[in-house]
Amino acid sequence: MTEPTVRAVDRSDLLTAETSEGAQELQRRELTPTSELGREVGAVLRLDGRVLDARSIDVDRRDDETMIINMGPSHPSTHGVLRLMLELDGEFVLRTKPVIGYLHTGMEKTGEELSYIQGATNVTRMDYLSPIINELSYSMAVEKLLGIELPERAVWIRMMMSELNRMSSHLVWMATNGMDLGSTSMMIYGLRERELILAFFEKTTGLRMNLNYVRPGGVAADLPDGWQDDVMVICDTIEERTYEYDELLTGQPIFRNRMIGVAPLMAEEALALGVTGPLLRSTGVAWDLRRTMPYLAYDQVDFDVIVGTYGDNFDRYAIRLNEIRESARIVRQCVEKMPAGDYRSQDPKVTPPPRARIGESMEALIHHFKLFTEGFRVPAGEVYSAVESPRGELGCYLVADGTAKPWRVHVRAPSFVNLQAVPLLMRGGSVSDAITVISTVDPVLGEVDR
Amino acid sequence: MIDLPVGAPEGVVVADAVGADVACFPTREQYFALVSAFKDGGYELCSDVCAVDYLGHEDRPLPEGVAATRFEVVVNLLRLTKRSRVRIRVQAGDEPQVASLFSLYPGVEAMEREAFDLFGVIFTDHPDLTRILMPEDWEGHPLRKDYGVGRVPVQFKEAPGPR
Repeated sequence: MTEPTVRAVDRSDLLTAETSEGAQELQRRELTPTSELGREVGAVLRLDGRVLDARSIDVDRRDDETMIINMGPSHPSTHGVLRLMLELDGEFVLRTKPVIGYLHTGMEKTGEELSYIQGATNVTRMDYLSPIINELSYSMAVEKLLGIELPERAVWIRMMMSELNRMSSHLVWMATNGMDLGSTSMMIYGLRERELILAFFEKTTGLRMNLNYVRPGGVAADLPDGWQDDVMVICDTIEERTYEYDELLTGQPIFRNRMIGVAPLMAEEALALGVTGPLLRSTGVAWDLRRTMPYLAYDQVDFDVIVGTYGDNFDRYAIRLNEIRESARIVRQCVEKMPAGDYRSQDPKVTPPPRARIGESMEALIHHFKLFTEGFRVPAGEVYSAVESPRGELGCYLVADGTAKPWRVHVRAPSFVNLQAVPLLMRGGSVSDAITVISTVDPVLGEVDR
Repeated sequence: MIDLPVGAPEGVVVADAVGADVACFPTREQYFALVSAFKDGGYELCSDVCAVDYLGHEDRPLPEGVAATRFEVVVNLLRLTKRSRVRIRVQAGDEPQVASLFSLYPGVEAMEREAFDLFGVIFTDHPDLTRILMPEDWEGHPLRKDYGVGRVPVQFKEAPGPR
């Protein structure tokens, strides 16, 4: 009768071995050198001259006073497969270490095997909440190497779609943040509003997510008939609803208590950690690539860069809520100013012939076939193109060697870098604050792990 | 084009770059001092660190005076006040090893770990140079060009063999 017990023990040893990440995990204090301990509690950031003060990291604390527990990889509030190892003293978090890589699928390696046209389908799957912006960063990198100019209309379509995408991404954030804080109605409202945008994406591109819409040389298709009305309805509805969110959350006492003053971040810390996006802006640094290093036609539209003061959870919330309104404002201007013309470059090197020509012209058929089997060649060189994604600076470092496939595709993922702020933000807070920290840092794990 | 900051080591090769104001090509010895000078010169944000494996491309076009090696470490720095970007491309050697920038920009911690994990670049004085994306017991560095795609069929540790 003892057999099952033995098996269970065997199984648990195996399970430990199978799931262990060894050196990547958070170690006990007695095994952690002081310098490492200082890094893990973020003490190196708070010091001038980078001399570690042992008192600031309470080295005297013994291991039997604290407990190391796992949060994740599958925990509803980790937004994917983020695993956080927390060292707890009762209810309070002392050290945190994110263990990532559970969603790593080698997309940068895959990118080297795909032609430049196929590359957009690859990068669009990284940050799955803002596919258009991923494609945009990649396509702009390819276009810079090719040295092609885009027609005005393509630029404005890209800009409008990016802003719609930013709205939908922030709406998902509002929804999940609401859910993390216990407001399930916010979750349903956020996803309901996002549905409007996804429906428009489906109408335009044929897909709801992973759109492959922005491609090197322009966009895949022109906007559908009557798009102005659709877009205006989206803007009107969502803008009106943001005021409902104000009523539901912004003034709500429980929500405010959990957000205001929780997990503050200083501007110096944010810059040292390379943090960008709403996290950086919440600390009062007005850095938005759309304004500071304009790409597309962002220098021709009016919008405000929303900046916080304290860098706490509430500032991050308020920035995202207001960015939805600013995006709506940009989209309205796009509708107003949308130029006529081509939606993609007419350079035959990168653009396939129109579908109708393929039926009547042998050359067009060959051209189309060659472009989609062999792809186009990009002159050797390397380029870094950065755009402002809903989470921060999304960069694409592309190395071309003159063939039809990139030699190296590196994506500078904002979530990957921003995640480093989590241990700093969590320190000293309670476990329930830890949930709000993950939520307001807003990592997308597809992008973190790539 | 921008001038190199005060305190930059002598003889750093500078060239034009696409997507940045300027590209600098320090040697491995000059690398840390150059980044340090840029940091003191107001480049407060290190936006990206990555590695590139140029296997078989040792004859690639590089400015005069830069000896190509197989691996390159590419750093992108950002200066918020002047809105400028610089790119630093250091030839990291065939057995790649460069100094860690952790003491200047703590935010490179994860990015350098990623370059180590995927390319095997050793960053000396990095506080915790462990794998970050791949499992701890993974063999090899998958983004190297001599590392085949799809060579490892099973992705779980100690998985039982086929039955």
